[in-house]
Amino acid sequence: MNAKGSVFKYGDNVDTDVIIPARYLNSSDPAELAAHCMEDIDKDFIGKVHKGDIIVARKNFGCGSSREHAPIAIKAAGVSCVIAETFARIFYRNAINIGLPIIECAEASRGIEAGDEVEVDFDSGVITDLTKGTKYKGQPFPEFMQRIISEGGLINYINSQS
Amino acid sequence: MGMTMTQKILAAAAGLPSVEAGQLIEARLDLVLGNDITSPVAIREMEKMKVSGVFDKDKIALVPDHFVPNKDIKSAEHCKCVREFALRNEITNYFEVGEMGIEHALLPEKGLTVAGDVIIGADSHTCTYGALGAFSTGVGSTDMAAGMATGKAWFKVPGAIRFHLVGKPGKWISGKDVILHIIGMIGVDGALYRSMEFVGEGIRYLSMDDRFTIANMAIEAGGKNGIFPVDVAAKAYMEEHSARKYRIFEADEDAVYDEEYTIDLSTLRPTVAFPHLPENTHTIDEIKDPIAIDQVVIGSCTNGRLGDLRIAAKVLAGRHVAKGIRCIVIPATQAIYLQAMEEGLLKTFIQAGAIVSTPTCGPCLGGYMGVLAAGERCVSTTNRNFVGRMGHVTSEIYLASPAVAAASAVTGRISCPCGLE
Repeated sequence: MNAKGSVFKYGDNVDTDVIIPARYLNSSDPAELAAHCMEDIDKDFIGKVHKGDIIVARKNFGCGSSREHAPIAIKAAGVSCVIAETFARIFYRNAINIGLPIIECAEASRGIEAGDEVEVDFDSGVITDLTKGTKYKGQPFPEFMQRIISEGGLINYINSQS
Repeated sequence: MGMTMTQKILAAAAGLPSVEAGQLIEARLDLVLGNDITSPVAIREMEKMKVSGVFDKDKIALVPDHFVPNKDIKSAEHCKCVREFALRNEITNYFEVGEMGIEHALLPEKGLTVAGDVIIGADSHTCTYGALGAFSTGVGSTDMAAGMATGKAWFKVPGAIRFHLVGKPGKWISGKDVILHIIGMIGVDGALYRSMEFVGEGIRYLSMDDRFTIANMAIEAGGKNGIFPVDVAAKAYMEEHSARKYRIFEADEDAVYDEEYTIDLSTLRPTVAFPHLPENTHTIDEIKDPIAIDQVVIGSCTNGRLGDLRIAAKVLAGRHVAKGIRCIVIPATQAIYLQAMEEGLLKTFIQAGAIVSTPTCGPCLGGYMGVLAAGERCVSTTNRNFVGRMGHVTSEIYLASPAVAAASAVTGRISCPCGLE
Protein backbone atom coordinates (compact mmCIF):
# COMPACT_ATOMS: atom_id res chain seq x y z
CA MET A 1 0.00 0.00 0.00
CA ASN A 2 1.21 3.47 -0.89
CA ALA A 3 0.21 7.08 -0.55
CA LYS A 4 1.45 9.75 -2.94
CA GLY A 5 0.64 13.41 -3.21
CA SER A 6 1.50 17.03 -2.70
CA VAL A 7 2.20 18.29 0.83
CA PHE A 8 0.29 20.75 3.01
CA LYS A 9 2.59 21.73 5.88
CA TYR A 10 1.58 22.86 9.39
CA GLY A 11 3.32 23.52 12.72
CA ASP A 12 3.02 22.28 16.31
CA ASN A 13 -0.20 21.49 18.19
CA VAL A 14 -2.68 21.53 15.30
CA ASP A 15 -5.83 20.99 17.39
CA THR A 16 -9.10 19.34 16.49
CA ASP A 17 -10.92 22.69 16.79
CA VAL A 18 -9.02 24.03 13.79
CA ILE A 19 -9.18 20.72 11.92
CA ILE A 20 -12.98 20.85 12.14
CA PRO A 21 -14.51 23.69 14.17
CA ALA A 22 -17.27 22.68 16.60
CA ARG A 23 -19.73 25.02 14.89
CA TYR A 24 -19.95 22.37 12.16
CA LEU A 25 -20.38 19.42 14.53
CA ASN A 26 -24.14 19.57 14.24
CA SER A 27 -23.42 17.38 11.20
CA SER A 28 -21.64 14.04 11.06
CA ASP A 29 -21.75 13.73 7.27
CA PRO A 30 -18.17 13.18 6.01
CA ALA A 31 -18.58 15.33 2.87
CA GLU A 32 -20.11 18.21 4.85
CA LEU A 33 -17.32 18.02 7.45
CA ALA A 34 -14.66 17.88 4.72
CA ALA A 35 -16.00 21.12 3.23
CA HIS A 36 -14.82 22.93 6.41
CA CYS A 37 -11.65 20.93 7.07
CA MET A 38 -8.70 23.06 8.34
CA GLU A 39 -10.84 26.18 7.78
CA ASP A 40 -9.65 28.07 10.87
CA ILE A 41 -5.94 27.44 10.28
CA ASP A 42 -5.79 27.45 6.47
CA LYS A 43 -8.89 28.69 4.67
CA ASP A 44 -7.32 27.86 1.28
CA PHE A 45 -6.85 24.18 2.17
CA ILE A 46 -10.17 22.84 0.99
CA GLY A 47 -9.98 24.74 -2.32
CA LYS A 48 -6.49 23.46 -3.07
CA VAL A 49 -6.41 19.89 -1.75
CA HIS A 50 -6.45 17.08 -4.29
CA LYS A 51 -7.19 13.42 -3.75
CA GLY A 52 -4.07 11.72 -2.47
CA ASP A 53 -2.44 14.82 -0.97
CA ILE A 54 -0.50 14.53 2.27
CA ILE A 55 -0.51 16.61 5.46
CA VAL A 56 2.83 17.04 7.23
CA ALA A 57 2.89 18.69 10.64
CA ARG A 58 5.21 19.01 13.64
CA LYS A 59 4.47 17.77 17.16
CA ASN A 60 1.19 16.87 18.91
CA PHE A 61 -1.02 16.85 15.80
CA GLY A 62 -4.73 16.46 16.62
CA CYS A 63 -4.61 17.63 20.24
CA GLY A 64 -7.80 18.62 22.01
CA SER A 65 -11.21 17.09 21.69
CA SER A 66 -11.99 13.43 21.00
CA ARG A 67 -14.16 14.25 17.97
CA GLU A 68 -13.72 11.51 15.40
CA HIS A 69 -15.09 14.12 13.00
CA ALA A 70 -11.48 15.45 12.76
CA PRO A 71 -9.85 12.43 11.04
CA ILE A 72 -13.16 11.82 9.19
CA ALA A 73 -12.97 15.35 7.72
CA ILE A 74 -9.32 14.94 6.72
CA LYS A 75 -9.97 11.57 5.09
CA ALA A 76 -13.09 12.79 3.30
CA ALA A 77 -11.14 15.81 2.00
CA GLY A 78 -9.03 13.30 0.07
CA VAL A 79 -5.89 13.28 2.21
CA SER A 80 -4.07 9.96 1.87
CA CYS A 81 -1.73 10.20 4.86
CA VAL A 82 -0.77 12.48 7.77
CA ILE A 83 2.89 12.60 8.82
CA ALA A 84 3.86 14.27 12.12
CA GLU A 85 6.58 14.22 14.73
CA THR A 86 3.97 13.09 17.30
CA PHE A 87 0.18 12.74 17.42
CA ALA A 88 -2.17 13.42 20.33
CA ARG A 89 -3.25 10.01 21.59
CA ILE A 90 -7.01 10.17 20.99
CA PHE A 91 -6.48 11.44 17.45
CA TYR A 92 -3.99 8.64 16.80
CA ARG A 93 -6.51 6.00 17.87
CA ASN A 94 -9.36 7.63 15.97
CA ALA A 95 -7.36 7.92 12.75
CA ILE A 96 -6.49 4.22 12.74
CA ASN A 97 -10.06 3.30 13.71
CA ILE A 98 -11.56 5.15 10.74
CA GLY A 99 -8.83 4.05 8.31
CA LEU A 100 -6.83 7.25 7.88
CA PRO A 101 -3.13 6.35 7.57
CA ILE A 102 -0.90 8.32 9.95
CA ILE A 103 2.80 7.97 10.53
CA GLU A 104 5.17 9.38 13.14
CA CYS A 105 8.54 10.52 11.81
CA ALA A 106 10.38 13.48 13.36
CA GLU A 107 12.96 13.82 10.57
CA ALA A 108 10.34 13.82 7.79
CA SER A 109 8.24 16.27 9.78
CA ARG A 110 11.21 18.67 9.91
CA GLY A 111 12.59 18.11 6.40
CA ILE A 112 9.52 18.04 4.18
CA GLU A 113 8.19 21.41 3.03
CA ALA A 114 4.84 22.65 1.73
CA GLY A 115 4.25 21.72 -1.91
CA ASP A 116 6.79 18.87 -1.99
CA GLU A 117 5.70 15.69 -3.76
CA VAL A 118 5.89 12.87 -1.23
CA GLU A 119 5.39 9.13 -1.42
CA VAL A 120 4.80 6.86 1.60
CA ASP A 121 5.27 3.09 1.46
CA PHE A 122 3.19 1.63 4.29
CA ASP A 123 4.88 -1.79 4.10
CA SER A 124 8.38 -0.47 4.73
CA GLY A 125 7.54 2.83 6.46
CA VAL A 126 9.78 4.64 3.98
CA ILE A 127 8.79 8.23 3.24
CA THR A 128 10.28 9.66 0.03
CA ASP A 129 10.37 13.38 -0.72
CA LEU A 130 10.36 13.17 -4.53
CA THR A 131 10.89 16.93 -4.89
CA LYS A 132 14.03 17.00 -2.77
CA GLY A 133 15.17 13.45 -3.46
CA THR A 134 15.37 12.61 0.25
CA LYS A 135 14.22 9.48 2.08
CA TYR A 136 13.09 9.05 5.68
CA LYS A 137 12.38 5.93 7.69
CA GLY A 138 9.10 5.91 9.59
CA GLN A 139 7.49 2.99 11.43
CA PRO A 140 6.12 0.41 8.97
CA PHE A 141 2.38 -0.30 9.35
CA PRO A 142 1.78 -3.74 10.88
CA GLU A 143 -0.36 -6.00 8.70
CA PHE A 144 -3.50 -5.71 10.86
CA MET A 145 -3.29 -1.92 10.69
CA GLN A 146 -2.95 -2.04 6.90
CA ARG A 147 -6.02 -4.28 6.84
CA ILE A 148 -7.98 -1.85 9.03
CA ILE A 149 -7.04 0.91 6.58
CA SER A 150 -7.83 -1.10 3.46
CA GLU A 151 -11.16 -2.24 4.93
CA GLY A 152 -11.98 1.43 5.61
CA GLY A 153 -11.90 1.28 9.41
CA LEU A 154 -12.02 -0.86 12.54
CA ILE A 155 -15.68 -1.84 12.35
CA ASN A 156 -15.44 -3.17 8.80
CA TYR A 157 -12.23 -4.94 9.80
CA ILE A 158 -13.94 -6.60 12.80
CA ASN A 159 -16.84 -7.64 10.56
CA SER A 160 -14.48 -9.08 7.96
CA GLN A 161 -12.83 -11.21 10.69
CA SER A 162 -16.06 -12.79 11.88
CA MET B 1 8.79 -4.16 39.01
CA GLY B 2 6.13 -2.17 40.85
CA MET B 3 3.04 -0.68 39.27
CA THR B 4 1.52 2.79 39.35
CA MET B 5 -2.06 3.28 40.47
CA THR B 6 -3.23 3.42 36.84
CA GLN B 7 -1.30 0.28 35.94
CA LYS B 8 -2.82 -1.62 38.88
CA ILE B 9 -6.36 -0.76 37.81
CA LEU B 10 -5.62 -1.77 34.22
CA ALA B 11 -3.99 -5.05 35.30
CA ALA B 12 -7.07 -5.95 37.35
CA ALA B 13 -9.42 -5.07 34.49
CA ALA B 14 -7.36 -7.15 32.09
CA GLY B 15 -7.27 -10.10 34.50
CA LEU B 16 -3.49 -10.01 34.65
CA PRO B 17 -1.24 -10.24 37.73
CA SER B 18 0.83 -7.31 36.48
CA VAL B 19 1.32 -5.03 33.50
CA GLU B 20 4.08 -2.66 32.45
CA ALA B 21 4.28 0.53 30.41
CA GLY B 22 3.93 -0.09 26.68
CA GLN B 23 2.11 -3.43 27.05
CA LEU B 24 -1.03 -3.87 24.95
CA ILE B 25 -3.96 -5.22 26.93
CA GLU B 26 -7.66 -5.82 26.56
CA ALA B 27 -9.65 -4.60 29.56
CA ARG B 28 -13.26 -5.00 30.60
CA LEU B 29 -15.16 -1.77 30.90
CA ASP B 30 -17.30 -0.57 33.80
CA LEU B 31 -18.84 2.30 31.85
CA VAL B 32 -19.01 3.56 28.26
CA LEU B 33 -20.04 7.19 27.79
CA GLY B 34 -21.14 9.31 24.86
CA ASN B 35 -22.74 12.70 24.21
CA ASP B 36 -24.93 14.24 21.51
CA ILE B 37 -21.97 15.00 19.20
CA THR B 38 -20.03 11.75 19.46
CA SER B 39 -22.82 9.20 20.02
CA PRO B 40 -24.57 9.54 16.63
CA VAL B 41 -21.30 8.60 14.89
CA ALA B 42 -20.83 5.69 17.32
CA ILE B 43 -24.42 4.51 16.84
CA ARG B 44 -23.94 4.53 13.07
CA GLU B 45 -20.74 2.49 13.44
CA MET B 46 -22.33 0.07 15.89
CA GLU B 47 -25.20 -0.54 13.53
CA LYS B 48 -22.66 -1.72 10.96
CA MET B 49 -21.42 -4.34 13.42
CA LYS B 50 -22.82 -7.83 13.47
CA VAL B 51 -24.13 -7.58 17.03
CA SER B 52 -27.66 -7.77 18.38
CA GLY B 53 -27.38 -5.00 20.96
CA VAL B 54 -25.32 -3.42 23.69
CA PHE B 55 -23.19 -5.49 26.08
CA ASP B 56 -24.91 -4.19 29.23
CA LYS B 57 -27.70 -1.62 29.27
CA ASP B 58 -26.69 -0.51 32.80
CA LYS B 59 -23.08 0.23 31.85
CA ILE B 60 -23.65 2.76 29.11
CA ALA B 61 -24.28 6.45 29.78
CA LEU B 62 -25.72 8.69 27.08
CA VAL B 63 -25.75 12.36 27.97
CA PRO B 64 -26.88 14.91 25.39
CA ASP B 65 -25.18 18.04 26.74
CA HIS B 66 -23.26 19.85 24.01
CA PHE B 67 -26.00 21.36 21.86
CA VAL B 68 -29.04 20.88 24.13
CA PRO B 69 -31.69 22.10 24.50
CA ASN B 70 -31.44 21.59 20.74
CA LYS B 71 -29.78 24.66 19.25
CA ASP B 72 -30.86 24.01 15.66
CA ILE B 73 -32.49 21.41 13.44
CA LYS B 74 -29.32 19.42 12.79
CA SER B 75 -28.59 19.21 16.53
CA ALA B 76 -32.17 18.16 17.14
CA GLU B 77 -31.69 15.31 14.65
CA HIS B 78 -28.54 14.18 16.46
CA CYS B 79 -30.31 14.23 19.83
CA LYS B 80 -33.23 12.34 18.35
CA CYS B 81 -30.84 9.67 17.06
CA VAL B 82 -29.34 9.28 20.57
CA ARG B 83 -32.76 9.26 22.26
CA GLU B 84 -34.15 6.60 19.91
CA PHE B 85 -31.07 4.43 20.33
CA ALA B 86 -31.36 4.75 24.13
CA LEU B 87 -35.04 3.76 24.06
CA ARG B 88 -34.49 0.90 21.61
CA ASN B 89 -31.69 -0.54 23.74
CA GLU B 90 -33.34 0.29 27.08
CA ILE B 91 -30.25 2.25 28.20
CA THR B 92 -30.69 2.84 31.95
CA ASN B 93 -28.48 5.90 32.11
CA TYR B 94 -29.85 8.07 29.34
CA PHE B 95 -30.34 11.59 30.68
CA GLU B 96 -32.95 13.69 28.92
CA VAL B 97 -33.17 17.48 29.14
CA GLY B 98 -34.56 18.15 32.59
CA GLU B 99 -32.46 15.49 34.24
CA MET B 100 -29.22 15.90 32.31
CA GLY B 101 -26.17 17.90 33.17
CA ILE B 102 -22.71 18.33 31.72
CA GLU B 103 -21.58 14.72 31.48
CA HIS B 104 -18.42 14.91 33.60
CA ALA B 105 -20.18 16.68 36.44
CA LEU B 106 -23.28 14.51 36.12
CA LEU B 107 -21.85 10.98 36.17
CA PRO B 108 -19.95 11.24 39.50
CA GLU B 109 -22.97 13.03 41.01
CA LYS B 110 -25.22 10.15 39.89
CA GLY B 111 -22.80 7.65 41.43
CA LEU B 112 -21.94 6.03 38.09
CA THR B 113 -18.18 6.45 38.48
CA VAL B 114 -16.27 5.08 41.47
CA ALA B 115 -12.71 4.19 42.43
CA GLY B 116 -11.23 1.21 40.59
CA ASP B 117 -13.50 1.58 37.54
CA VAL B 118 -12.26 1.46 33.96
CA ILE B 119 -14.24 3.99 31.95
CA ILE B 120 -14.07 5.12 28.34
CA GLY B 121 -16.00 8.07 27.01
CA ALA B 122 -16.32 9.58 23.58
CA ASP B 123 -15.37 12.94 25.00
CA SER B 124 -11.81 13.97 25.73
CA HIS B 125 -12.61 15.21 29.25
CA THR B 126 -13.63 11.73 30.37
CA CYS B 127 -10.36 11.79 32.33
CA THR B 128 -12.27 13.75 35.04
CA TYR B 129 -13.21 10.62 37.04
CA GLY B 130 -9.57 10.07 37.99
CA ALA B 131 -10.38 12.42 40.88
CA LEU B 132 -12.22 9.46 42.45
CA GLY B 133 -9.41 6.96 41.82
CA ALA B 134 -10.87 5.52 38.62
CA PHE B 135 -9.06 4.95 35.32
CA SER B 136 -10.97 6.94 32.77
CA THR B 137 -9.95 8.19 29.37
CA GLY B 138 -11.34 9.84 26.27
CA VAL B 139 -11.76 7.90 23.04
CA GLY B 140 -13.43 8.44 19.69
CA SER B 141 -16.79 7.29 18.42
CA THR B 142 -15.56 4.03 16.89
CA ASP B 143 -13.99 2.95 20.19
CA MET B 144 -17.25 3.91 21.88
CA ALA B 145 -19.17 1.74 19.40
CA ALA B 146 -16.89 -1.25 19.98
CA GLY B 147 -17.12 -0.63 23.75
CA MET B 148 -20.93 -0.52 23.71
CA ALA B 149 -21.04 -3.74 21.69
CA THR B 150 -18.39 -5.78 23.51
CA GLY B 151 -17.83 -4.19 26.94
CA LYS B 152 -14.13 -4.24 26.25
CA ALA B 153 -11.42 -1.97 24.90
CA TRP B 154 -7.74 -2.34 24.10
CA PHE B 155 -5.22 -0.07 25.74
CA LYS B 156 -1.53 0.54 25.63
CA VAL B 157 -0.51 0.62 29.30
CA PRO B 158 0.75 4.15 29.95
CA GLY B 159 3.95 5.20 31.68
CA ALA B 160 3.48 7.86 34.32
CA ILE B 161 4.46 11.27 35.59
CA ARG B 162 4.11 11.80 39.36
CA PHE B 163 3.19 15.17 40.79
CA HIS B 164 3.82 15.65 44.52
CA LEU B 165 1.44 18.31 45.75
CA VAL B 166 2.68 19.79 49.02
CA GLY B 167 1.72 22.78 51.17
CA LYS B 168 -1.54 24.57 51.67
CA PRO B 169 -2.95 26.74 48.86
CA GLY B 170 -3.50 30.41 49.66
CA LYS B 171 -6.74 32.35 49.44
CA TRP B 172 -8.32 32.38 45.94
CA ILE B 173 -6.15 29.45 44.79
CA SER B 174 -8.25 26.63 43.34
CA GLY B 175 -7.79 23.40 41.43
CA LYS B 176 -7.84 25.43 38.21
CA ASP B 177 -4.74 27.36 39.26
CA VAL B 178 -2.99 24.08 40.15
CA ILE B 179 -3.65 22.44 36.79
CA LEU B 180 -2.96 25.58 34.73
CA HIS B 181 0.34 25.92 36.60
CA ILE B 182 1.20 22.31 35.77
CA ILE B 183 0.26 22.63 32.08
CA GLY B 184 2.30 25.84 31.89
CA MET B 185 5.23 23.92 33.35
CA ILE B 186 5.14 20.75 31.20
CA GLY B 187 3.34 21.98 28.05
CA VAL B 188 0.32 20.79 26.10
CA ASP B 189 2.11 17.57 25.13
CA GLY B 190 4.12 17.23 28.34
CA ALA B 191 2.22 14.13 29.44
CA LEU B 192 1.55 12.70 25.95
CA TYR B 193 0.45 9.04 26.10
CA ARG B 194 1.12 8.94 29.89
CA SER B 195 -0.85 9.02 33.11
CA MET B 196 -0.60 11.98 35.47
CA GLU B 197 -0.52 10.65 39.04
CA PHE B 198 -1.17 13.22 41.75
CA VAL B 199 0.06 12.43 45.27
CA GLY B 200 1.15 14.24 48.42
CA GLU B 201 -0.09 15.78 51.63
CA GLY B 202 -1.27 18.91 49.81
CA ILE B 203 -4.18 16.94 48.32
CA ARG B 204 -6.06 17.11 51.60
CA TYR B 205 -6.49 20.85 51.09
CA LEU B 206 -8.13 20.30 47.70
CA SER B 207 -11.90 19.82 47.65
CA MET B 208 -13.39 17.10 45.45
CA ASP B 209 -14.49 19.87 43.08
CA ASP B 210 -10.86 21.04 42.87
CA ARG B 211 -9.70 17.50 42.13
CA PHE B 212 -12.32 17.02 39.39
CA THR B 213 -11.01 20.22 37.79
CA ILE B 214 -7.41 19.01 37.93
CA ALA B 215 -8.13 15.51 36.57
CA ASN B 216 -10.44 17.04 33.92
CA MET B 217 -7.59 19.01 32.35
CA ALA B 218 -5.05 16.15 32.25
CA ILE B 219 -5.92 15.89 28.54
CA GLU B 220 -4.77 19.51 28.06
CA ALA B 221 -1.25 18.30 28.91
CA GLY B 222 -1.73 15.42 26.46
CA GLY B 223 -2.23 12.93 29.32
CA LYS B 224 -4.04 9.65 28.87
CA ASN B 225 -5.58 10.09 32.31
CA GLY B 226 -5.13 11.93 35.58
CA ILE B 227 -5.58 10.13 38.87
CA PHE B 228 -5.72 10.81 42.61
CA PRO B 229 -5.33 8.45 45.56
CA VAL B 230 -8.58 7.61 47.35
CA ASP B 231 -8.63 9.45 50.67
CA VAL B 232 -11.26 10.31 53.28
CA ALA B 233 -12.79 13.04 51.11
CA ALA B 234 -13.03 10.79 48.04
CA LYS B 235 -14.62 7.99 50.07
CA ALA B 236 -17.11 10.40 51.61
CA TYR B 237 -18.04 11.69 48.13
CA MET B 238 -18.60 8.19 46.74
CA GLU B 239 -20.55 7.02 49.78
CA GLU B 240 -22.80 10.06 49.50
CA HIS B 241 -23.45 9.66 45.77
CA SER B 242 -23.17 5.98 44.94
CA ALA B 243 -24.50 2.66 46.10
CA ARG B 244 -21.79 0.94 44.09
CA LYS B 245 -18.88 -0.75 45.79
CA TYR B 246 -15.60 0.98 45.07
CA ARG B 247 -12.17 -0.63 44.92
CA ILE B 248 -9.08 1.16 46.10
CA PHE B 249 -5.82 0.61 44.25
CA GLU B 250 -2.58 2.04 45.60
CA ALA B 251 0.66 2.52 43.72
CA ASP B 252 3.50 0.19 44.67
CA GLU B 253 6.44 1.69 46.56
CA ASP B 254 8.74 0.71 43.68
CA ALA B 255 6.46 1.87 40.86
CA VAL B 256 8.37 3.48 38.01
CA TYR B 257 7.75 7.09 36.97
CA ASP B 258 9.21 8.71 33.85
CA GLU B 259 9.32 12.08 35.57
CA GLU B 260 8.55 13.54 39.00
CA TYR B 261 7.63 17.08 39.99
CA THR B 262 6.98 18.71 43.35
CA ILE B 263 4.50 21.56 43.47
CA ASP B 264 4.27 23.70 46.59
CA LEU B 265 0.64 24.79 46.57
CA SER B 266 1.38 27.59 49.04
CA THR B 267 3.47 29.38 46.41
CA LEU B 268 0.87 29.29 43.62
CA ARG B 269 -0.80 32.47 42.43
CA PRO B 270 -4.03 32.86 40.45
CA THR B 271 -3.03 31.70 36.98
CA VAL B 272 -4.37 32.60 33.54
CA ALA B 273 -3.72 30.80 30.23
CA PHE B 274 -3.44 33.32 27.38
CA PRO B 275 -4.54 32.59 23.79
CA HIS B 276 -4.20 30.21 22.04
CA LEU B 277 -2.86 27.31 24.11
CA PRO B 278 -3.52 26.20 27.70
CA GLU B 279 0.28 26.17 28.24
CA ASN B 280 0.58 29.94 27.72
CA THR B 281 0.21 30.63 31.43
CA HIS B 282 0.91 33.81 33.36
CA THR B 283 0.28 34.48 37.03
CA ILE B 284 -2.10 37.32 37.71
CA ASP B 285 0.85 39.34 39.08
CA GLU B 286 2.71 39.05 35.78
CA ILE B 287 -0.08 40.83 33.90
CA LYS B 288 1.12 44.44 33.81
CA ASP B 289 -0.94 46.05 31.04
CA PRO B 290 -4.72 45.94 31.45
CA ILE B 291 -6.45 43.33 29.26
CA ALA B 292 -9.95 44.56 28.47
CA ILE B 293 -12.58 41.86 27.95
CA ASP B 294 -16.06 41.51 26.42
CA GLN B 295 -17.41 38.35 28.02
CA VAL B 296 -17.03 36.04 31.01
CA VAL B 297 -18.13 32.41 31.12
CA ILE B 298 -18.33 30.59 34.45
CA GLY B 299 -19.25 26.93 33.98
CA SER B 300 -18.33 23.78 31.98
CA CYS B 301 -17.17 20.28 32.91
CA THR B 302 -14.05 21.95 34.27
CA ASN B 303 -15.59 24.58 36.57
CA GLY B 304 -19.38 24.41 36.73
CA ARG B 305 -19.66 22.65 40.10
CA LEU B 306 -21.15 23.99 43.28
CA GLY B 307 -17.79 24.95 44.80
CA ASP B 308 -17.04 26.97 41.66
CA LEU B 309 -20.38 28.78 41.79
CA ARG B 310 -19.95 29.54 45.50
CA ILE B 311 -16.59 31.21 44.85
CA ALA B 312 -17.97 33.18 41.90
CA ALA B 313 -20.95 34.31 44.02
CA LYS B 314 -18.64 35.35 46.84
CA VAL B 315 -16.80 37.64 44.43
CA LEU B 316 -19.96 38.99 42.75
CA ALA B 317 -22.00 39.53 45.93
CA GLY B 318 -22.81 43.21 46.38
CA ARG B 319 -20.97 44.07 43.18
CA HIS B 320 -22.05 44.49 39.57
CA VAL B 321 -20.79 43.22 36.23
CA ALA B 322 -19.02 46.10 34.44
CA LYS B 323 -21.02 48.05 31.87
CA GLY B 324 -20.91 46.40 28.46
CA ILE B 325 -19.61 43.04 29.74
CA ARG B 326 -21.66 39.85 29.35
CA CYS B 327 -21.29 37.41 32.24
CA ILE B 328 -22.73 33.93 31.63
CA VAL B 329 -23.02 31.49 34.54
CA ILE B 330 -23.84 27.84 33.80
CA PRO B 331 -24.45 25.40 36.67
CA ALA B 332 -23.19 22.04 35.40
CA THR B 333 -26.13 19.87 36.50
CA GLN B 334 -29.74 20.21 37.56
CA ALA B 335 -28.79 19.26 41.14
CA ILE B 336 -26.10 21.95 41.24
CA TYR B 337 -28.57 24.43 39.72
CA LEU B 338 -31.16 23.63 42.39
CA GLN B 339 -28.66 23.80 45.23
CA ALA B 340 -27.32 27.10 43.90
CA MET B 341 -30.87 28.39 43.91
CA GLU B 342 -31.50 27.25 47.47
CA GLU B 343 -28.28 28.85 48.66
CA GLY B 344 -29.20 32.13 46.99
CA LEU B 345 -26.29 32.01 44.56
CA LEU B 346 -28.50 32.48 41.51
CA LYS B 347 -30.00 35.58 43.09
CA THR B 348 -26.50 36.93 43.64
CA PHE B 349 -25.59 36.30 40.00
CA ILE B 350 -28.75 37.91 38.65
CA GLN B 351 -28.51 40.90 40.95
CA ALA B 352 -24.91 41.34 39.81
CA GLY B 353 -26.08 41.51 36.20
CA ALA B 354 -24.97 38.02 35.13
CA ILE B 355 -27.22 35.55 33.34
CA VAL B 356 -27.80 31.98 34.47
CA SER B 357 -28.30 29.22 31.89
CA THR B 358 -29.58 25.69 32.01
CA PRO B 359 -26.71 23.12 32.02
CA THR B 360 -24.95 22.97 28.64
CA CYS B 361 -21.45 22.74 27.14
CA GLY B 362 -22.62 25.40 24.61
CA PRO B 363 -20.16 28.30 24.81
CA CYS B 364 -17.05 26.27 25.69
CA LEU B 365 -16.83 24.91 22.15
CA GLY B 366 -18.42 27.82 20.35
CA GLY B 367 -21.70 25.95 19.98
CA TYR B 368 -24.23 28.45 21.28
CA MET B 369 -25.13 30.44 24.43
CA GLY B 370 -22.18 32.84 24.24
CA VAL B 371 -20.41 32.64 20.87
CA LEU B 372 -17.74 35.32 20.36
CA ALA B 373 -17.62 37.90 17.54
CA ALA B 374 -14.47 38.90 15.63
CA GLY B 375 -11.80 40.29 17.93
CA GLU B 376 -13.77 39.75 21.14
CA ARG B 377 -12.08 38.58 24.33
CA CYS B 378 -13.48 36.20 26.88
CA VAL B 379 -12.28 35.15 30.32
CA SER B 380 -13.54 31.63 30.67
CA THR B 381 -13.41 28.92 33.31
CA THR B 382 -13.49 26.31 30.53
CA ASN B 383 -10.57 24.17 29.39
CA ARG B 384 -9.42 25.18 25.90
CA ASN B 385 -8.38 28.47 24.35
CA PHE B 386 -7.55 27.25 20.85
CA VAL B 387 -8.03 29.47 17.79
CA GLY B 388 -11.75 29.87 17.08
CA ARG B 389 -12.75 27.56 19.95
CA MET B 390 -15.51 29.86 21.27
CA GLY B 391 -16.45 31.59 18.05
CA HIS B 392 -14.80 33.82 15.47
CA VAL B 393 -11.30 32.83 14.43
CA THR B 394 -9.94 36.20 15.65
CA SER B 395 -11.61 36.03 19.07
CA GLU B 396 -9.49 35.34 22.13
CA ILE B 397 -9.98 33.15 25.19
CA TYR B 398 -8.22 33.53 28.54
CA LEU B 399 -8.62 30.49 30.77
CA ALA B 400 -8.91 31.16 34.50
CA SER B 401 -10.49 30.10 37.79
CA PRO B 402 -14.06 31.06 38.77
CA ALA B 403 -12.61 33.61 41.22
CA VAL B 404 -10.57 35.39 38.54
CA ALA B 405 -13.41 35.13 36.02
CA ALA B 406 -15.90 36.71 38.43
CA ALA B 407 -13.48 39.48 39.42
CA SER B 408 -12.81 40.17 35.73
CA ALA B 409 -16.55 40.47 35.08
CA VAL B 410 -16.72 43.20 37.75
CA THR B 411 -13.78 45.24 36.47
CA GLY B 412 -14.10 44.56 32.74
CA ARG B 413 -10.46 43.50 32.53
CA ILE B 414 -8.53 40.43 33.69
CA SER B 415 -8.36 40.88 37.44
CA CYS B 416 -7.48 39.21 40.70
CA PRO B 417 -10.27 38.98 43.26
CA CYS B 418 -7.65 40.09 45.78
CA GLY B 419 -7.71 43.49 44.10
CA LEU B 420 -11.40 43.96 44.94
CA GLU B 421 -10.93 43.44 48.67
